[in-house]
Amino acid sequence: MRAEETMNKLPANPERATLEGKNKFLGFWFFLGGETVLFASLFGVYLGLRKATNGGVTSQELFELPLVFIATMLLLTSSLTAVFATMSLKSQNFKAMIGWLVITVILGFSFLGLEIYEFNHYVHEYEHTIRSSAWGSAFYTLVGTHGAHVLFGVSWITLLIVRNFGRGLNLYNAPKFYVAALYWHFVDVVWVFIFTVVYLMGKVG
Amino acid sequence: MSAHAQKKKNPIWDWLTTVDHKKIGILYLATGAFFFLLGGLEAILIRIQLLYPENNFVGAQTFNELLTMHGTTMIFLAAMPLVFGFFNAIVPLQIGARDVAFPFVNSLGYWLFTAGGIMLNLGWFLGGSPDAGWTGYAPLSTTSPGNGVDFYVLGLQISGIGTLIGGINFLVTIVNMRAPGMTFMRMPLFTWTTFITSGLILFAFPALTIGLALLMLDRLFGTQFFAAEAGGNPIIYEHLFWIFGHPEVYILILPAFGIFSEVIPVMAKKRLFGYSAMVFATALIGFLGFMVWVHHMFTVGLGPIANSIFAVATMLIAVPTGVKIFNWLFTMWGGKVVFTTANLWAVGFIPSFVLGGMTGVMLSVPPADYQYHDSYFVVAHFHYVIVGGVVFGLFAGMYYWWPKIFGRMLNETLGKIHFWLFFIGFHLTFFPQHFLGLMGMPRRVYTYLSGQELETANFVSSIGAFLMGVATIVMLWNIIQTSVAGKKASNDPWDARTLEWAISSPPPEYNFAQTPLVRGLDAFWLEKRAGNKTMTPAEPLDDIHMPDSSILPFMMAVGLFIAALSAIYSSWAIAIGGLVLTFAMMFLRSVIDYHGYHIHKEDLPSEGVDGK
Repeated sequence: MRAEETMNKLPANPERATLEGKNKFLGFWFFLGGETVLFASLFGVYLGLRKATNGGVTSQELFELPLVFIATMLLLTSSLTAVFATMSLKSQNFKAMIGWLVITVILGFSFLGLEIYEFNHYVHEYEHTIRSSAWGSAFYTLVGTHGAHVLFGVSWITLLIVRNFGRGLNLYNAPKFYVAALYWHFVDVVWVFIFTVVYLMGKVG
Repeated sequence: MSAHAQKKKNPIWDWLTTVDHKKIGILYLATGAFFFLLGGLEAILIRIQLLYPENNFVGAQTFNELLTMHGTTMIFLAAMPLVFGFFNAIVPLQIGARDVAFPFVNSLGYWLFTAGGIMLNLGWFLGGSPDAGWTGYAPLSTTSPGNGVDFYVLGLQISGIGTLIGGINFLVTIVNMRAPGMTFMRMPLFTWTTFITSGLILFAFPALTIGLALLMLDRLFGTQFFAAEAGGNPIIYEHLFWIFGHPEVYILILPAFGIFSEVIPVMAKKRLFGYSAMVFATALIGFLGFMVWVHHMFTVGLGPIANSIFAVATMLIAVPTGVKIFNWLFTMWGGKVVFTTANLWAVGFIPSFVLGGMTGVMLSVPPADYQYHDSYFVVAHFHYVIVGGVVFGLFAGMYYWWPKIFGRMLNETLGKIHFWLFFIGFHLTFFPQHFLGLMGMPRRVYTYLSGQELETANFVSSIGAFLMGVATIVMLWNIIQTSVAGKKASNDPWDARTLEWAISSPPPEYNFAQTPLVRGLDAFWLEKRAGNKTMTPAEPLDDIHMPDSSILPFMMAVGLFIAALSAIYSSWAIAIGGLVLTFAMMFLRSVIDYHGYHIHKEDLPSEGVDGK
């Protein structure tokens, strides 16, 4: 069987089969620990400033949950497809992995498109900018930093797909795909907190 | 990619592209030493200004810049890189590794730190240095005119990223790269403190990243985070800064504790007393270090409950620190203590640091802190812990590891002169400052009035500072003299206990020809007691895999430097160009395969096999 041939090509868990892979795997988890503190600081700042509207528009008037809900669904689905990509990596099915990653990237770009539309809408319809109030500063910095992470993630995964498209999975690139997927999950988890703390609490809190 | 290792490389290109942890360690040490001298010069200028009442040697604005740059330089550009220099030079050797986990990232960390350090100091040449104190409190920092604070914000941001990735590197190195048999509880104490310190760096530096990013946004992009008139809140900056800033002081002192824990047992010919208690105390200090940041903000007005909780947490830290002090004393107790220069620093450290610790407990009592706050009492306290702890530790490490790193012995006589001048100068400078503070002299003010009984203590303090300056000149002379005509160092000049002394001085680029087998704590000492000259190998002699050197880290740092400098002057096109350069280098790093190369076992010198 073809599938079994590819199964035997690399050792199990190819992302951690070499010392370099093990180092990348552990180092990336540590890096995500640091990123957690980074976002925690931004959330703290946001919570401290979320009522400081400086007489301008409030979060209740500004946010439209349907739009944010669609964005959330796009990103959560992309996390699921990234899981499928990782599972394909573990079963060493390169084509399936690339397929799932392509879908992940498309979903990520769609999310970014919605976010750009959203920011543009706020700035031009409501004059809610990064300078208009302390809340505006905190909002755009927190959500924008997350958006920058999404942009970095889709660029990174796209680059990995293009670079390795013709040469299949090996012990050198397996850790790279694996940590890119980890990064993507982290970015999704941060969004879950943004959805709760910024948007839901902004509507009802 | 095979035998090119033997080719002679252009030395400048070699240092720019090196990924060898020993060379990067030397780069860190040299750069840190340069900034240490610079920060010391700033300190002496400060003390000349305060030599007499109502002196006008540098004036108020320059004084503000000097004290800001003295603090920032000493903490971020001198102490941090010197600590990282020892991490790099020693830790992989102590755990029996051939390199760190991420050699490329290691190089990137160094170049980012250097780019940030240069950026911070550009203000001296470009119309004004940072002048808002090393803490950069808003709104003083957000409203400070000129570009001075911009250099502070962006310089620290760049060097902070370098420190963060360096911390991750050592965490992974210590978890994954230990030699066979080296369990966690067999690691030398310096490796342990490096491990805990790296954890502190990982969880503390992102808070600084955010604090600085928000300052940058307020200053350069007109946001309102710290502008009270638009609903902003400057206290947020104080929290972010100290959530980073308090762990930072443990980031500095724990490696110094690690150095003392190496030097004292070797110089007393006894194993470290209470090894596991030392490890536990280190971890506990690291943990508690995150719980006490509000003691820097007792007078902000956060209320009696917050102040009490943080006061109690602060007092708790005295417990594990006391455990350490007693363990060092008990290590010396009954030992055959030799007072080499390294050991003099270690022994001198104990009473000096205990004094700083005592004033620390005094400061942790909030009602009393209202009296001490922002006075010279605080200045005296933190110089007793930072100089009496960190700087003494770095000097101890320097005299102890110099032979291993550079292959030459330092002159012991000059070393002892250095120690005594510095030790006396240090106490002369900072001991009177306790009393200046209690008498009401505020810190960070460029002068004081005559007739308030502040003259004598200030004069004595300045004389002490000059003495430390003279001591530093003696140290420099020692370095120059021994590097020209010094005695060559043997593999193990101190009859020491840990793995780094089992290989040649300086070590070959692959460190261990064969990975050593570790059979217990103080691995090399055990082998020597068993009658072996070298470590027992854990593997047969084989080809050694080495990482590729790369210019990309240097170019990434250059890109960020260009971006930051242009952003300060609002040249956005060039700033984006700098960022594009950095991202292009990251792109290249991603698409080019780096498989490294091998040193063939036939090419290894025979010394690696038969020992000496």
